[in-house]
Amino acid sequence: MSNVPDTTTKIKLNGDGTDYDKTGIQWIVNPWDELALTRALQLKDAGAVEKVTVISVGGADIDPTIRKALAMGADDAIRVNTDPKEAYFVAAQLAEAIKNNMYDVILAGIDSADYNGSLVGGMLAEFLDIPSVSSVSELFIEGGKVKLHREIDGGSEILEVETPFVGIVQKGIAKEPVIASMRGIMMSRTKPIVVAEAVPAEAQTEFMGYELPKPKAACRMVDAENPKELVDLLYNEAKILS
Amino acid sequence: MSILVYTENWDGKFKKLSFELISYANNLAKKMNTQVVALSIGDVAADELNKLGKYGATKVLTFNDDRLKSLINQPYASVIAQAAEKEGANVVLISHNFTGKALAPRVAVKLKAGTISAVIAQPESVEPFIVVKKVFTGKAFAKVCIKSAIKVLTLAQNSVDIVEDSKTPAIETFSAVIKDSEFKMKVVDVHKVTGKVLLSDAEVVVSGGRGMKGPENWKPIEELADLLGGATACSRPVSDEDWRPHEEHVGQTGKIIAPNLYFALGISGAIQHIAGVSSSKVIVAINTDKDAPVFESANYGIVGDVHKVLPKLIEAFKEAKSK
Repeated sequence: MSNVPDTTTKIKLNGDGTDYDKTGIQWIVNPWDELALTRALQLKDAGAVEKVTVISVGGADIDPTIRKALAMGADDAIRVNTDPKEAYFVAAQLAEAIKNNMYDVILAGIDSADYNGSLVGGMLAEFLDIPSVSSVSELFIEGGKVKLHREIDGGSEILEVETPFVGIVQKGIAKEPVIASMRGIMMSRTKPIVVAEAVPAEAQTEFMGYELPKPKAACRMVDAENPKELVDLLYNEAKILS
Repeated sequence: MSILVYTENWDGKFKKLSFELISYANNLAKKMNTQVVALSIGDVAADELNKLGKYGATKVLTFNDDRLKSLINQPYASVIAQAAEKEGANVVLISHNFTGKALAPRVAVKLKAGTISAVIAQPESVEPFIVVKKVFTGKAFAKVCIKSAIKVLTLAQNSVDIVEDSKTPAIETFSAVIKDSEFKMKVVDVHKVTGKVLLSDAEVVVSGGRGMKGPENWKPIEELADLLGGATACSRPVSDEDWRPHEEHVGQTGKIIAPNLYFALGISGAIQHIAGVSSSKVIVAINTDKDAPVFESANYGIVGDVHKVLPKLIEAFKEAKSK
């Protein structure tokens, strides 16, 4: 799971644009990862899965977010103790941390709300040399076999996959995230977060700086009684239709 | 040295996005003083492969294997990586669509390549290799430098123009090696709706929100989409209420789309919804609330009851089209 700023956050940059301003930001479990975890917990409730572990790359500052995942119901957590610099680096760290203690099903959200990379899940599978399925909208485990739906252009496919594998999940994997109960929150305080040391790995990309989008021009309002004017504007001013 | 472009096919045919990829690669190839090589996997006829030459491809590698009828990530990624190695590619370009998201990260690790996904423009510089990409679901841009020798890029749909630069490509059968051990999954069923414009391909999208008040009110939205040759979409609450199929949900936790024209009808314009459509070239909003946040993101707007305005708008479009 990824630690990301709350999705309503207004992004501000620091003085020279080399980073975004992190003061006052509420950190949350990446929404896709939260849904992936929800599905995992549903499968555990149904008896198809014995243990659910969350794993993340980051410093001690992300522990509160990991606790949120534990409060939802994950059994334990692993935190690889290093800055999550970029996708290749993060995937390499995750692979090292779990390769000697493999899981049958590894789930990752399709992308993270901060960098929108859509990379870590697939990279992790490649580092571990195991199959991956992307755009997974439903996941079932029946009789020890994994069946999943993945979205394709114009529809969906149903696949059977051998474990271990990485399922990269998107909309549909769970309808609503699990809301941590009071009991869950209390129990999360005693669940273990194992801190794994980082290993040397390449960061193949580097973030050089940020820019904010240019402010857009004000909305051109058209009278509700005169939609013809809108049609005119779209054809002749915006020239967006032919 | 080359730029390798993976050009996916749909039943043996390429789409607009395929030509966008070649155009982007061709533009970049000129800056890097190199050639564009396309890779096609599947059963694609020579005259279809030749189309890639129109946009600048000088070579097209074609590989077909019955085992690859459906997308299986491991062997597909292996074929792309093998082609990249054969052609000495220093840039590998893939679409940022379902297939691209599945394959690019695996290809990247096979090639030890830094990856920038969802690029919307040419690199700012090639030496060092720096590309600007959207982050925070469109709320900011990040300048990213790829430090590795080989670079993987995925290109967002409808973000670059198709530019003709006719070449006669050499069509070459590519002998990739794929092992049975790379097939650890199989497709057991397919559900496909044919004939409709795909949301990700549509140049016009007509989308409805809670302001539409119920699924029974969707006919005008479908009518407008049909009239303009587009697709229909919806906001999250509409999808959650099962008024519309989940595949139509656009937004932070739905699909990210970038049509030429997006109609937001009865949609208030929450940040998470706008995140899904902010790359649209033109946004039109219709809402009863003049203070709805959607008007901050829209280029054109009408304050009014969508149930009254939409039929009139459809009539106005019909009239304009008949001229």
